[in-house]
Amino acid sequence: MGDHIELEVPARPEFLAMVRAIVTLIAETGSKLPSPRIDDLRLAVTEAFANAIDAERRKPDGERRSVVVRCDLEPDFVAVEVHDEGGGFDPAALTPHPDVTKPARLQFERGLGIPLMRELTDQLEFRHEGGGTTVRLVLTSHLRG
Amino acid sequence: MELGLVVREQDGWAVLAVSGEIDIATAPSLRERLHGLLAEDKRQIVVDLDDVGFLDSTALGVLVGVLKRARSEDGEVRIVCTQPRVRKVFEITRLDSAFDLFDSVDEAVRGARE
Repeated sequence: MGDHIELEVPARPEFLAMVRAIVTLIAETGSKLPSPRIDDLRLAVTEAFANAIDAERRKPDGERRSVVVRCDLEPDFVAVEVHDEGGGFDPAALTPHPDVTKPARLQFERGLGIPLMRELTDQLEFRHEGGGTTVRLVLTSHLRG
Repeated sequence: MELGLVVREQDGWAVLAVSGEIDIATAPSLRERLHGLLAEDKRQIVVDLDDVGFLDSTALGVLVGVLKRARSEDGEVRIVCTQPRVRKVFEITRLDSAFDLFDSVDEAVRGARE
């Protein structure tokens, strides 16, 4: 069993840079991920935490909860789970974007985060838990083409 | 953390040099500055991302939005981006084919890659 580190962070945009800096440091300190994979983790965690903030923002002020970020450091991989209590969503229901060569592609300014996470991770999982969503990002040392 | 946003003119183009990290906390100031340029009738825009250490999907959304609006007004948005970790974000979303990416501001205003 590897090491586990858990953070509980207010669901506000100003904490996003702090979260990615801490998760980056955790992975640099406690894993064997090469630098390009740590860059991938940094971006994937940012996307997951930003989605959690969005989910919490949809609730009234007094009901907003913190986001829990849990890092599991194993010999062969790093897993980061980001949990919000924002009500959950169905990633399968997202409309795929048109191809970038089509003018209609420019109608889509949002919705790039989940496709990005899929590209950056070796495993991406969305679970409905409690009153919200847990996103699990797994990155191995394997460099992706 | 705030974004650095500095505008200058070069050969008829408004060049916006951005520095810092662009995410949901800082993207609104980028959006406001870019749409402000369009509102000032500056429709030929170069966004210089060479001093940007980090960029996420929110930043791409802002750039897609301003590109769409600029093109609808016969304008253009060109991106300067040489940092591999930032360029990679354009590549994996395939937005490198929607934007014109250049290696320097000089190349961007000339519209020619050396």
